[in-house]
Amino acid sequence: MTGEIVKSLIVPAHPHPVLCPEKNEGWQRVRDAYDEARRQIEASDADLIIVYSTLWPSVIGHQIQADPNPEWVMVDADFHDLGSIHYSLKIDTEFAKAWNQANIKRGLESRTVSYHGFPVDVGSVVALELLNPDNRIPAVICSTNVYSNRAETTVLAKGCLDVVKAQGKKAVAVSVMSLSNRMFTEPIEPHEDRIHSLKDDEWNRKILEFLTEGRLEDVGQLSRTIHDQIRVKKVVAFKPMWWLSAMNDNRNDLTGKVLAYEPIHGAGAAVVVLDPESNGTGDKEYDEDDVDFYGGDRNVLESERGDETESPINSGPELYDPVEGVNAVNTNKAPKPVGAYPHARREGDLIYLSGVGPRQPGDNSIPGGPIKDSNGQPLNYDIKAQTRAVVDNIARILEEAGSSLDKVIDVTSFLVDMDRDFSGYNEVWAETLGKVGPTRTTLAIRALPTPIAVEMKVIAKA
Amino acid sequence: MAKGGIVAGCLAPHPPHLVYAENPEQNEPVSEGGWEQLRWGYERLRESLKDVDYDVIVILSPHWQTYVGTHFIGVEKCSSKSVDPVFPNLFRFNYDLSIDVELAKAIHDQAESEGMSVKMMTNPDFRVDYGTIVSCHMVRPEWDKPIVSISSNRSLSYYSVEVMQEMMIELGKSTAKAIEESGKKCLLIASNSLSHRHFVTETNPPEDMSKEHITSHAMHLWDMRMIEMMREGKSQQIINEMPEFCEQAIAETDGGALTWLLSAMGVPNEPAILHGYGTIIGTGNAIMEWPCRNWGA
Repeated sequence: MTGEIVKSLIVPAHPHPVLCPEKNEGWQRVRDAYDEARRQIEASDADLIIVYSTLWPSVIGHQIQADPNPEWVMVDADFHDLGSIHYSLKIDTEFAKAWNQANIKRGLESRTVSYHGFPVDVGSVVALELLNPDNRIPAVICSTNVYSNRAETTVLAKGCLDVVKAQGKKAVAVSVMSLSNRMFTEPIEPHEDRIHSLKDDEWNRKILEFLTEGRLEDVGQLSRTIHDQIRVKKVVAFKPMWWLSAMNDNRNDLTGKVLAYEPIHGAGAAVVVLDPESNGTGDKEYDEDDVDFYGGDRNVLESERGDETESPINSGPELYDPVEGVNAVNTNKAPKPVGAYPHARREGDLIYLSGVGPRQPGDNSIPGGPIKDSNGQPLNYDIKAQTRAVVDNIARILEEAGSSLDKVIDVTSFLVDMDRDFSGYNEVWAETLGKVGPTRTTLAIRALPTPIAVEMKVIAKA
Repeated sequence: MAKGGIVAGCLAPHPPHLVYAENPEQNEPVSEGGWEQLRWGYERLRESLKDVDYDVIVILSPHWQTYVGTHFIGVEKCSSKSVDPVFPNLFRFNYDLSIDVELAKAIHDQAESEGMSVKMMTNPDFRVDYGTIVSCHMVRPEWDKPIVSISSNRSLSYYSVEVMQEMMIELGKSTAKAIEESGKKCLLIASNSLSHRHFVTETNPPEDMSKEHITSHAMHLWDMRMIEMMREGKSQQIINEMPEFCEQAIAETDGGALTWLLSAMGVPNEPAILHGYGTIIGTGNAIMEWPCRNWGA
């Protein structure tokens, strides 16, 4: 399966284009642009809309909406006199849960929410009401953590991409946000609306110039500067460009088009479409860490998770850099070997993988926890989490080889505790490789070199 | 008509954890308790107010955030479910409350006459913010008094703490004047924490008190300093130090509620009563009462 981001959007959050576009020509142009974006989505083969909303702040990591049908009546805190929006959304619950798990695997604090009456934020409601009015395409909505930095936001996007690829989704990524967000602090008549200041307008136009040239990562790199210059410091900072850029592999050569740029109560409201086709002009000046796993200081209560779900290996065999031999395939997105061998080797039309376990690249942690501590004392662990991590590592190695999970033809699995773990391992297998259909042999063995419970040996087509 | 007045001013923080821990019938999640120090503080506040006669609760909550002026609920009956978007696992509260629209409009009109940007909220679909609900429930769980709900104008975001305080001082004066002219006896609530740096992880269960503590020593020192000033009646000094407090303790007083409250009470030199202090997911929370009813004319 090969999922991808088929389109990316930047859209405004204010309710005016939904509730009263006719009151101002500019608001109507934003509405028209929203309608054009909707038509483009409908004309694509998109099967998922992913919304990152700056108007849903969170404190406990990131939250992902997992209620299959959130519905209520939304009234804006400021513009309540414009009316109410009755919403009834269709959420891809399976994707939401998988994204949550992917975040956790990547070191993020994350959780799903599914509660009747949950107040979906105005930005998400407006975006989905206009981009997907009949719920033709399932959606998923993610919060913005008020404390998150660039690394955390980038990893959040990568967790999302893990699932997009694993589930073979054709996804539209949507950042709901204003450009400059300074509104007039007093009521105005619709005909009086304008961008709050010339300075805000100039910065907005510079951002849109970059986006028209497809230079999304450049805008991401400028996020902190933009925030300082034209953003009122509300609950969340100018983070969505970090997320959206990471959702597009930090590219600077997208094909961008600004469908509208207008003021809404003084703020900069733009509808921008970014397509993945390369315009061939953008150079990438990537000067920050391309972080894959979040290892920040956020987990203040680290004993809550560290012992139970992920734990770095503190002892065990020496780790090696993978051997760069003939036809070798190696990647830093897979854990380091415990001996002198490559991650994989290509021979003819086939790719042979060395045994793959669940250890994570970078911090060497074990999703689901190690099976024993450094003193050899057995620990409780989650075989399903370990098995999923094995499959993810296999996918990364195959991707590096130019192959993919759906080209796996034969697997030999090793379990250190067949009685305890076969059922959980088998369940994850059915959800993942079982859908591909390779032949499989499962063996019980006494031990593996690191404190893991499962390892797989894979042969795949190139 | 006799003059109205403020019977008491309260600093009554609103973390939803407190209602969650109380297990009232209106809230859907069920807990094993937790945060008892603060809940006992609220008990002491309720006991202090038990025999106090008042007509209405006037509350300013930082969780109805408005950027276009200060807003007042202008709908007489509000009934719905409030779900905290940050802690939906803890707070899904079915509420049914009454608004004193007459007094709300009077404060609105007075503030407007003083040149402030104000607006009445008359949309019947509007959901009351969870901060208002939590503080009101903890102060008066009987829900037998109408309330006046005032939004938090986020002027701090646009300008500075100093400008925010200027506006809240004016709003406080307008509130006091409108109350006096209304002839009503009012309980005022500033619904906010003190230091406001959260943990970003949650214990399992959330009420595991073995993990609850202030996020840093600096936050503790600031909280104690503010409490001491309140206990010593140094309201003006609190206002003077508010910019530093907001910046260094990421204090929730940035929403203006405490400044509004102190102003409405005339920036009192009288001491406040400390009913309780505790942390909630790392934030500092004090339950304070200024017993204005005992101060004389």
